[in-house]
Amino acid sequence: MNTVQLDYADLALAALLVLVNAGLSLAFALGLERRMLVATARMVVQLLLVGVVLKALFAALSPLWTGAAALAMVLFAGREVMARQERRLKGVWAYGLGTSCMLLAAVLVTVFALSTQVRPDPWYDPRYSLPLLGMILGNTMTGVSLGLHALSSGLTTRRAAVEAQLALGATRWQATRPVARAALQSALMPIVNAMAATGLVSLPGMMTGQILAGADPTQAVRYQMLIMFLIAGGTTLGAVAAVLGGVLRLTDARHRLRLDRLRAPRPG
Amino acid sequence: MLAVRELTRPGLEQASFELQAGECVVVGGPSGAGKTLLLRALADLDPSTGQVLLDGVERGALSGPEWRRRVCYVPAESGWWTDRVADHFGGQAAAAPPLLERLLLPAAALAWEVPRLSTGERQRLALARALLRSPRVFLLDEPTSGLDEAARLAAEEVVRERLAAGACALWVTHDAEQARRLARRRFWVEAGRVAERSA
Repeated sequence: MNTVQLDYADLALAALLVLVNAGLSLAFALGLERRMLVATARMVVQLLLVGVVLKALFAALSPLWTGAAALAMVLFAGREVMARQERRLKGVWAYGLGTSCMLLAAVLVTVFALSTQVRPDPWYDPRYSLPLLGMILGNTMTGVSLGLHALSSGLTTRRAAVEAQLALGATRWQATRPVARAALQSALMPIVNAMAATGLVSLPGMMTGQILAGADPTQAVRYQMLIMFLIAGGTTLGAVAAVLGGVLRLTDARHRLRLDRLRAPRPG
Repeated sequence: MLAVRELTRPGLEQASFELQAGECVVVGGPSGAGKTLLLRALADLDPSTGQVLLDGVERGALSGPEWRRRVCYVPAESGWWTDRVADHFGGQAAAAPPLLERLLLPAAALAWEVPRLSTGERQRLALARALLRSPRVFLLDEPTSGLDEAARLAAEEVVRERLAAGACALWVTHDAEQARRLARRRFWVEAGRVAERSA
């Protein structure tokens, strides 16, 4: 493949755009210049590190190191889900629920793809497994955090409606159904919208990346479809597990609503 | 009929009492003293310790929903889970019109939209949907606070009939007149302590 190689001078030229941004921020007193530069520096350092780490992982081709990298990705995603919650569950559940649902969904879907459609040799080849997991995880994370957020805030704001059903003898599943349904809708809306707009409005990053790397566009498109299906599956699985798990945790075996298991939202 | 032994929950000191079939006990006391906490604990909507028995059956022997179908809590602020009134009556919607008329509401109220209900309409509809489920014990938290005199008397009359048919009720009210009309027995809740007072 005859791709155009980038050297550091090319990057420096592109980075000038960020300096222009910072200059604009100064000129208009947006107060963003510091954060913009820090974010830029973070991106550069993180990506450089990831490049080095991936290179080492690809060279090692070790199931152990690949698994460790995958686990680290899931754990970081779990932290991100927790950080996006306005009202978190108390105790280990704040971190545990979202993380375990993502672990379940992303790993299941990734292994499904590796074992049936992509089939690298060995099956855990980090060159395939880690990017696949990353893309599935990134979207599952959005679904899980949106679902949990909508569930906890929905149960809080619609507490009277939920408890009215409970008081009349409904089970916890009947009483929370309207809120759980809304939570799942908000979790799945982004992927549904993304699928509808893909190809017309947006050219997905992975597909464009393959095309830039010299791949045949029809082949790149096929890869992208596979990824979209996997993302849809992973997001749905993760969001359903997280919302059902959230309902279980925010109610109890006596079918009571247990909002005392939520922490008060952080001020500000 | 309803036996309560050493019921405790956060915000409520140990309480023990019994209600006989046909009996209505008025619950009074300052706001925030624990009246609502008491009713919610009896309906098992919040965790509490102690024994609560209905006709000799401990609440733990029934599932939460089974218990609440028998011991029905009607909160001061009613909750509505869809926009159509009829949806809140479940399978009992067909039997609702006669009861609604007795509560001075038209049968057409079933077709009304919840967001457009007045306070008094909400209160009577919330009472009606509980009555139609025929619980054994009514836990009524200021059920007539937003009603005019005629509607208040109508609501009392409907509940009184249920009592005559063997139900019992705890009725929270700040209205001394209403308390006199409804019950001989009074509970006074203050600072989380439930005490019986003579009328």
